[in-house]
Amino acid sequence: MSWEWDVIWKYFPRLLDGAWLTLELVVISGLVGVALAVPIALMRASKQRWIQFLPFIYIYFFRGTPLLVQIFLVYYGASQFEIIRESVLWPILKEPYWCAIIAFSLNTAAYSAELFRSAIQAIPTGEMEAAEAVGMTKPTQIRRIILPRAFGIALPAYGNEVILMLKGSALASTITLLDLTGMARTIIARTYTPLEMFMAAGAVYLVLSALIIGLFRLIEYRLNRYQYYHHANTPVDLDPQLRDPHIDK
Amino acid sequence: MDLQGFGHLLLSGTWVTIQLALASLVVGLVFGLMGAAAKLSDNRLFRGLATAYTTFVRGIPELLLVLTIYFGGSQIVMLVASWFGYDEYIEIGPFIAGVAALSIAFGAYATEVFRMAMLEIPKGQWEAGYAFGMSPTRTFFRIILPQVWRLAIPGLGNLFQVLLKDTALVSVVGLNDIMRQAAVATGSTKEPFTFYMAAALIYLLLTAAATLFTMFMERASNPAARGRHS
Repeated sequence: MSWEWDVIWKYFPRLLDGAWLTLELVVISGLVGVALAVPIALMRASKQRWIQFLPFIYIYFFRGTPLLVQIFLVYYGASQFEIIRESVLWPILKEPYWCAIIAFSLNTAAYSAELFRSAIQAIPTGEMEAAEAVGMTKPTQIRRIILPRAFGIALPAYGNEVILMLKGSALASTITLLDLTGMARTIIARTYTPLEMFMAAGAVYLVLSALIIGLFRLIEYRLNRYQYYHHANTPVDLDPQLRDPHIDK
Repeated sequence: MDLQGFGHLLLSGTWVTIQLALASLVVGLVFGLMGAAAKLSDNRLFRGLATAYTTFVRGIPELLLVLTIYFGGSQIVMLVASWFGYDEYIEIGPFIAGVAALSIAFGAYATEVFRMAMLEIPKGQWEAGYAFGMSPTRTFFRIILPQVWRLAIPGLGNLFQVLLKDTALVSVVGLNDIMRQAAVATGSTKEPFTFYMAAALIYLLLTAAATLFTMFMERASNPAARGRHS
């Protein structure tokens, strides 16, 4: 077995092109996914059975089937129907790039909606009652209390979901896209150095995951900064009545 | 849903998927236990290796792992074999490559689940085992493992769901699983939506069955709960 460093260096710029497409897919479908997930999560957290039902089916389907099936359903499946092929949507649905984004967005929306739902339900009841007590309407409550709090609570778990999405984006290579994995496969078809190129691609994925983890840690420090304040030690002889259980240790 | 006589093909694919998932589960559990033992050991080298394993595997896509092992695995196996004086060509089939890749991925996540579960077991349990004169190995298998099991099963159940869905990736390297057979059926009927939807429904059934199985295992591993409810 020989290990060829030259091949890695020679094709590394092309791998980085692939990494760029991977990032593009993750960022665009991540944003679309969150935009879809918020209303779905609000519906799932509703107390009405009939509002919960559709989101439940949606989430159950997308979390219970492999991402590969979902991509193939969008990319190959859509072409089965005459109506779609003759509609205005066809120029979009025949492009693997848009199909990948549609499939990834729908997939991540289902997973994030479940995260947001549990975050919404984890908001302390007292805070909701307080919002009620100051006379906020339901939309104001959602905008001022529910969403900001839920985002803060869901953030660490959402960071994991983005890492999973990064890993899932490798499936774009199965519908001919030249993302990081697709690029590595193309280079290997030419050079026949599978171990070297896949390892190099793996290293780039690791760097991307590390960047995403770092980014989310920064957002976490900013968004949940109330958890990270450092207070001076409480004086030992402080009047017990002046103690604040939220600040003093 | 009209499957036009391709139903049996999908069924045979389902059987391959089930075999792949179960084989990877068994091997992956072994990896996970070894990883957790290494992470909790006093040996720095083992701890370092286990940390490298979980960090590396959890940071790269499963598809990349499958491709690496399928296309590059024979090179590695042949290198190892040549140390033992065996120089023939060795090929790794898609099933073996799939089991290897999926169990490595499962093992990395299972390592964390087992580690957390083992940390939950009070130290006194070990000490009690020693006090009875059991060796560390016997204490582990008789006292610790049954308790770790109970704590780990919910986490492992989730990981098994992920594993079940990841089996679809092995169709990319040509294993005749559900996805592959759906693609074959699509090739001659030109009805991709029908067959991929059928495949999706089969996966839904499988994941639902896995959920039921996990619930059953949770009950079976927890004698206290069993006694109270039945």
